[in-house]
Amino acid sequence: MNVKHFIEDKLLVFEITEELDHHVSERIRRRADYEIQRFMPKKVVFDFNRVVFMDSAGIGLVIGRYKTARAFGATLELMNVTDKVKKMFEMSGVLKIIPIVDAYEEKIAN
Amino acid sequence: MSSQEVKNQMKIEFLSKSVNEAFARIAVASFASQLDPTIEEIADIKTAVSEAVTNAIIHAYSDTEGVVKISAKLLENGIEIEVSDNGAGIENIEEARQPLFTTKGNLERSGMGFTIMENFMDELKVESIVGLGTKITMYKKIQKIQHLENRTYALSSNNI
Repeated sequence: MNVKHFIEDKLLVFEITEELDHHVSERIRRRADYEIQRFMPKKVVFDFNRVVFMDSAGIGLVIGRYKTARAFGATLELMNVTDKVKKMFEMSGVLKIIPIVDAYEEKIAN
Repeated sequence: MSSQEVKNQMKIEFLSKSVNEAFARIAVASFASQLDPTIEEIADIKTAVSEAVTNAIIHAYSDTEGVVKISAKLLENGIEIEVSDNGAGIENIEEARQPLFTTKGNLERSGMGFTIMENFMDELKVESIVGLGTKITMYKKIQKIQHLENRTYALSSNNI
């Protein structure tokens, strides 16, 4: 996972580069929670651009980080979600509470 | 589950270590590729296998270590995959199959494993005996028409 900090915008971007399963999700969870607590962002974005595989561990990871982000007063968004990953998020009801956005640059400009 | 003729079959077994989740889904996907599936069909199979194997590791063996077995059969029109363990077993299968039901919320499990297997495969059977283990049998149709077209395309591009 690559972590990008946008200091001025208080934006934290997690770019997932792994195959997102139960095995890797525990490591990503620890790193993501550490970064949120350290950086205190206003917004957290998960970028799925490089995710070639995801199973239900990804759903648990996103819901868990939504809770962490909210506890620290930040919002959470998903980006570059493929149709297959989107279907899994839809099935779990995640998209009712977490939005999918096109790009975080646009959001900053607004 | 299916009465089709068996064209090929394989078996693998491995310890219930989470690092083997990737190994398991890649091994099954590689075997399934003999049926010329689409990228979409392969992705569905990988996801379903990953869910079944993760369940065995997290739920069946929990804090212990055991053996997870996978056997797969290539049939005329699809693939049958069996994932089994000798672990804890499921007390209430109907409840376990409900979307969002989980007993491992502390591990951030979403409770979507069975729902995803059901949605991405064409058939799903769950058999379990508490204290003895669980067997998941899944069947995925592999569409023939598509890969005939792909094959024609592959041949013609080879000629160029």
